[in-house]
Amino acid sequence: MNWETVIGLEVHVQLATKTKIFSAASTAFGAAPNTQACEIDLAMPGTLPVVNKQAIDYAVMFGLAIDAEIGKTSVFERKNYFYPDLPKGYQTTQLEKPIVGPGIVEIQLGNGDTKSIRIHHAHLEEDAGKSLHEGNFRSGVSGIDLNRAGTPLIEIVSEPDMRNAEDAVAFAKKLHSIVTSLGICDGEMSQGSMRFDVNISVRPQGETKLGTRTETKNLNSFKFMEDAIHLEVARQIDLLEDGGEIIQETRLYNGDTKVARSMRSKEEANDYRYFPCPDLLPVVISDEHVEKLRKNLPELPDARQQRFMDEYDLSQYDANVLSADASMGSYFEQATKHSGNAKLTANWVAGELSARLNAETISLDQSPVTAEQLAGLIIRIADNTISGKMAKQVFEGIWNGEGDADQIIEKRGLKQVSDSGALEAMVDEVLANNQAMVDDYMNTDPDKRKKKLGGFMGQIMKASKGQANPQQVSQILAQKLAKML
Amino acid sequence: MSIEKQTIENLATLARLAVDDERVEEISQRLGSVLELVDQLQAADTSGLSGLDHPLNETQRLREDKINKPNMREAFQAIAPDTEDDLYLVPKVID
Repeated sequence: MNWETVIGLEVHVQLATKTKIFSAASTAFGAAPNTQACEIDLAMPGTLPVVNKQAIDYAVMFGLAIDAEIGKTSVFERKNYFYPDLPKGYQTTQLEKPIVGPGIVEIQLGNGDTKSIRIHHAHLEEDAGKSLHEGNFRSGVSGIDLNRAGTPLIEIVSEPDMRNAEDAVAFAKKLHSIVTSLGICDGEMSQGSMRFDVNISVRPQGETKLGTRTETKNLNSFKFMEDAIHLEVARQIDLLEDGGEIIQETRLYNGDTKVARSMRSKEEANDYRYFPCPDLLPVVISDEHVEKLRKNLPELPDARQQRFMDEYDLSQYDANVLSADASMGSYFEQATKHSGNAKLTANWVAGELSARLNAETISLDQSPVTAEQLAGLIIRIADNTISGKMAKQVFEGIWNGEGDADQIIEKRGLKQVSDSGALEAMVDEVLANNQAMVDDYMNTDPDKRKKKLGGFMGQIMKASKGQANPQQVSQILAQKLAKML
Repeated sequence: MSIEKQTIENLATLARLAVDDERVEEISQRLGSVLELVDQLQAADTSGLSGLDHPLNETQRLREDKINKPNMREAFQAIAPDTEDDLYLVPKVID
């Protein structure tokens, strides 16, 4: 039987505010345990929450970015459950009147097609603390760090509009791109700044009724999400084809072991007994304020992609890669301003630089190679001072703090020889010293001679200590060999 | 109006309240009378009235996003039942 997969996402986005949603304690990541958990975050008796204006503005900005209705009056509610990292015994969240209503996110697929994913709503809520099950404390207990408790989140809930892992990953990446472009989230997935819950069901192709779904919670990388979806879809199809039944349940995926397990089934699911929080009044946002935020929205990824295509003549693919991340976009623009060569700059930013940053898992903001330094390197590639191969060495030097491109080229004597007289002499010498290779070339079938050129190139590059301009050498070589025929 | 025993037990579990078996009947009656009161309220004609989101018909005051909470971990942990290595300790939690 052919099966159709149906996927919906719930995405938790930590807002990049300085303070918590209901208290003035810091939200900075990585502080010593419990140093950023004040009496409000700890739910001390007699404390009252006061809403952070910036969190409201950030949520509204997200709503505007996805063309959603803004909840001009939004209401906080209590979602009641007991867990040690939730000191109040309830999570303050929104249910009936969320701050962001239905909206649309456009995604681009690998084949160039676009697809609209509907957003059901997005609401504001507080993050919980962290439970540690092992550490520098005695065994048999759990340790609680409440620094994260009260960090503002928006939870974005999609409609079940995705049909495979590719859709889901494209959607997740697009959300990442939107919230980082807006500057409302730092996008640091490894620090839990964005977490994905994936609802998955399958149904026979052509069936309109949805199958029973499972929810795989707390995925914090695009790769894990993709793997978890493949695994769960396969599990459901296997189960159904063996005559089994899907149980509605919450599942956990472990990215390291690549194994998922059931966490709790619907029967034991909590009844959260939501009710409006009496400690918080409705949040009312004026039309004027919404308009002010709309006017000041930063450039969004789609607009930036189009601008990169128009302004820098980039391909759709390059423009998409470079515009997805606001900081990468501005790095590219900065470097292009200095290098004057958009195409080559795009290749280096999306290629060598990104690969190196990924390999060392550091963000672009911490790149040891500045946009100006990269531009300096690109200028020397474009004016043929150095070859592509030398450029990699120079890049390595800049990365390691040895100075700017010109300094490294000078210091390492990396200049490419482009003087045609000198190159001709080199080619002549190699041809003269390798009569056997020349004879072999002459005796080779004309169609297959091209393959023999590599041998000469190798000799010439070796003779020049790698400094000959390869394009020029190959031209000169071809001319000389043609004359000898 | 009375509430089923199972509902009372379920609510008690969710609220982490210990309810003695012999008190279930009494609690059922008392909670039932609260629901009767709600029924009386619901009998009132509210057509043409918009609902209140909060008993105080006011809107939320917002706070500027400025840090002004110092680290008071020592004071808070001094009154906590159990701490170690700067963490609050609780009985082992397993997901």
